[in-house]
Amino acid sequence: MLIKTIFSGFGGQGVLMMGYILALSAMRDGMHVTYLPAYGAEVRGGTANCTVSISDEEIASPVASSPDYVIAMNKPSLIKYEGQIKAKGTIFLNSDLVDIDPEREDISVFKIPANTIAKELGNERVINMIMLGAVSAWTKITSLDSLMNGLTEVIKTKSSKQMGINKKGLEIGAEYVLRGA
Amino acid sequence: MLLRGSHVIAEAAVRAGCRFYFGYPITPQNELTEYMANALASLPDGVFIQSESELAAINMVIGVSMTGKRVMTSSSSPGISLKQEGISYLSGQELPAVIINTMRGGPGLGNIAPAQGDYLQATRGGGHGDYRTIVLAPGSGQELADITRMAFEYADRYRIPVIILGDGMMGQMMEPVEFPDPIDPKSLPPKPWVLDGAEGRPSRIIKSLILDTSAMEEHNWKLFRKYEAISREVPEMEQFLTDDAHLAVIAYGTASRIAKGAIKRVREMGLKVGLLRPKTLWPFPKRILLQMSRTISDFLVFEMSAGQMLEDVKLSLEGRGRIHFYGRPGGIISTPDEIAKVINNIYFKEGLERE
Repeated sequence: MLIKTIFSGFGGQGVLMMGYILALSAMRDGMHVTYLPAYGAEVRGGTANCTVSISDEEIASPVASSPDYVIAMNKPSLIKYEGQIKAKGTIFLNSDLVDIDPEREDISVFKIPANTIAKELGNERVINMIMLGAVSAWTKITSLDSLMNGLTEVIKTKSSKQMGINKKGLEIGAEYVLRGA
Repeated sequence: MLLRGSHVIAEAAVRAGCRFYFGYPITPQNELTEYMANALASLPDGVFIQSESELAAINMVIGVSMTGKRVMTSSSSPGISLKQEGISYLSGQELPAVIINTMRGGPGLGNIAPAQGDYLQATRGGGHGDYRTIVLAPGSGQELADITRMAFEYADRYRIPVIILGDGMMGQMMEPVEFPDPIDPKSLPPKPWVLDGAEGRPSRIIKSLILDTSAMEEHNWKLFRKYEAISREVPEMEQFLTDDAHLAVIAYGTASRIAKGAIKRVREMGLKVGLLRPKTLWPFPKRILLQMSRTISDFLVFEMSAGQMLEDVKLSLEGRGRIHFYGRPGGIISTPDEIAKVINNIYFKEGLERE
């Protein structure tokens, strides 16, 4: 088993954090993982992306030329990665910022209005956790419990209020998928 | 711990008892400098200086090394070129030091993508004069930790600069890693040659200026004998599925990981292919490679360059076996599928036996 996931969006959307928490959680589950952030000469507000590989055996290349899953937090990410997704793969769209549909018919599309949900929660910065919760519920790459533990490990220095709202984001994202499925 | 490669090297260096780091920023290895700034600032005996240039950094390394302390600098390709003068001086003065090269695309300023174009510079000395440096090539996050510890050991054991030759991918990628226990620098064995004040003992001189030609020749031969000892004692090669292989891919660092992925794919199709991964680039594991040529007929050298390690493979095999080459320079990262296709082509063109 080898699952490759690309997270992509604007700098500031928490794209690298989503990937990091997924990789850390899968590692704690006993899986082999690699996490490769994009490190071009990018500017704030420019593109940011990272690739997470999860496998039950040693991982050869940390690069994904045909990812199983793509999480597109904005429109340029959809345009950039739609063509690369593996046949029968899934793309997760932040439908608040992506106003077009993928053209391919051999992939599944899952739309989550992450900004709207986050606004209702009272903090737009948790869009990444909402998306990650949704991805985990849909793909079962790692459990919601593992993600919660990963999140706790990553933001242990932050206040309990921040922890609470991030956890809430993961839960609501997962619920959104389970309700829709 | 899940850590990026540059942080792994930095943490492993601190745990190896390195308390001195000097560097000048360059992408894609700034995370190493950043980590050292934080780590050394929080240690009472730690010294971190972001120098005004690469030249300054490598000369600070020379100064600290003369006092016997473990010291490190790091850079990426263009910055390593600037440090070559200092590395030559370290070699002439027989001073231990650890130098990290997180290779990027070149020549010139090139780009900031992972590449392997500095192989010849690293393994042939790089600067002026008749010298070599030990060159280590890590292949995973865990190996970055282990190899960094080894680099400091080798540097002290042989009084030689040791280069860890990584690339932008090894530096940026995060993988799980477990570190060895930290070494207290005070517990390291004393070095009988250091400059630490001559009170109560005859004074010592460490220099590379030897105007007398006979004395210079003698010094060169002394270095040469040391390099011969290193060539016997240090070479290391990982072998993966080579026992029954007809074809072996030879690759190091990031390229070796991609090759491994490709080999797993072609094995599923019944092709008997293995991997030879040099963990030391100088000294190159010649003897092991020559031995392999008894059972393996074809060797595919795969590099993220236009062909540099290829030369060492040819020298090692001394005309035995058929040598093939595939390389992508300039910061291109091949996919395992791409390499699997290359293997397939060679395998069938040469008519090698399938399972």
